[in-house]
Amino acid sequence: MAVVFWVCAVGAVAAGIAVFRVDSMARATFALLASFVFAGVAVLLVELTYLGVLVILMMVMEMVVMVVFMVMYMMNPAGLMPMTMVHNQKGSLGIAAGVFAVLAAGVYLIDWPDGGPPRPDDPTMQLGEGLMGPKMLAMITLGLALFATIVVTVVLATHRGRYDRYGDALDRATPDDPVRGGLGR
Amino acid sequence: MVEQTPWWGALVLPAVLVAFAAAAVALDRGLDPARIGFGAAVAAPGRAVAGLLVQQRRRTLAADGLLWRGAGVVLVVAAVLASMVTPLGRWVVSDLSVGVVWFNAMEIMAWAAVWLAGWGPNSAFALVGGYRFVAQGLAYELPHMFVLTTAALGAGSLRIGDIVAAQQGLWFAVWMPVAFVVYLVSVLGMAFARPFDHPAGADLAGGALAELSGVDRLVLSAGRWVLLVSGAAMAVPLFLGGGAGPLLPDWLWSLVKTAVVLGALVWAGHRLPTVRMERYAEIAWMVLVPATLLQALIVSLVVL
Repeated sequence: MAVVFWVCAVGAVAAGIAVFRVDSMARATFALLASFVFAGVAVLLVELTYLGVLVILMMVMEMVVMVVFMVMYMMNPAGLMPMTMVHNQKGSLGIAAGVFAVLAAGVYLIDWPDGGPPRPDDPTMQLGEGLMGPKMLAMITLGLALFATIVVTVVLATHRGRYDRYGDALDRATPDDPVRGGLGR
Repeated sequence: MVEQTPWWGALVLPAVLVAFAAAAVALDRGLDPARIGFGAAVAAPGRAVAGLLVQQRRRTLAADGLLWRGAGVVLVVAAVLASMVTPLGRWVVSDLSVGVVWFNAMEIMAWAAVWLAGWGPNSAFALVGGYRFVAQGLAYELPHMFVLTTAALGAGSLRIGDIVAAQQGLWFAVWMPVAFVVYLVSVLGMAFARPFDHPAGADLAGGALAELSGVDRLVLSAGRWVLLVSGAAMAVPLFLGGGAGPLLPDWLWSLVKTAVVLGALVWAGHRLPTVRMERYAEIAWMVLVPATLLQALIVSLVVL
């Protein structure tokens, strides 16, 4: 247990540092993914199986989608020219040191409960009831807000809107698409 | 109902998966229009492995070797780990409480692996193949997740053992037919097997596999076939009642059902033309996502 924890802790930090040391967007993104996976395994160690596996699942998906955007938008995608991932160096160093100090102080200053109520048998069930029971309204609002953000982003980013597809009066029977989809439209 | 094997179960699992993968390759070659004959088909996987082992490694200019060679390793390890929660009859390597989520998390590693295999060699054809797979992934993954959710809903548990136990009376394939069919389709998609082999298509000189040679190609191809086997094997506990069946012992039923599902998938790959991902994306989002959501709704209502 302790060995796995230390491997994950050191691995997560080392992979996190690697994100800013490598000079290729693909390597930076997958170093970040490695860091997240180490963090996910650390969550597994405290027997929050569902959350740990979910962290790994979501992060793999997210990083693969992110690498597409990183390569698209960032300079020097393939690492053929020198580049740096570090911006606003002094400011970010200050913020990072400050956050670390606050969190580390919290570890030692907070009077953590010991003993207390026993662990629930099934943390996954507890999580589900927590999210879908008393916090239902907050989660529904959150879900709607996230979904609206996705739709708005796609609408703003898309090259062709419905007027391009269905004509200025939206009266075309079949959309005019450069590539036909699978439904024969 | 389902019990964990001792530690050596984890050593038996890769051997079983590789045996199934070899059988699938043999069937694939045997179904080839070239009609190579039974003996040649059975020998095909061994010949392919031996050939790749002695083949010289191809090098490309300014390749990212770490990411490129890492891709195959990630794919093959994830494909084996995905089967860690799949029971063979009564035995399972690890009966995780969140087995369905674990399976999903492992097979999604294919996204990263295939993109890396395409990116690594610094080759245009390979890169296009890698991007094609990401696009294909965005198409198959949502229906696939809804289908896994539906099976878990039917049992009221994310544990594979509970899902098998919930099918004592009626297989999920019978009363969740849409989920079952969509699951099989997305298994072909995730293993970029025919007819979803456009990411490694002949029109791209092999796509994501274009520059791979020798042992690197062997590792990635093995990962691809083992992933297909893992997906086919998981269909048995999720939809076909696990090891349940008359007369034969349950482990044999698991093997028989897996072989039938795998054979059907390989056979379907030979009967259907390659599906381009822009076509599949529209079908997935316009037809499969609503269909699987409706299936999930119906199952939830029945379970309630």
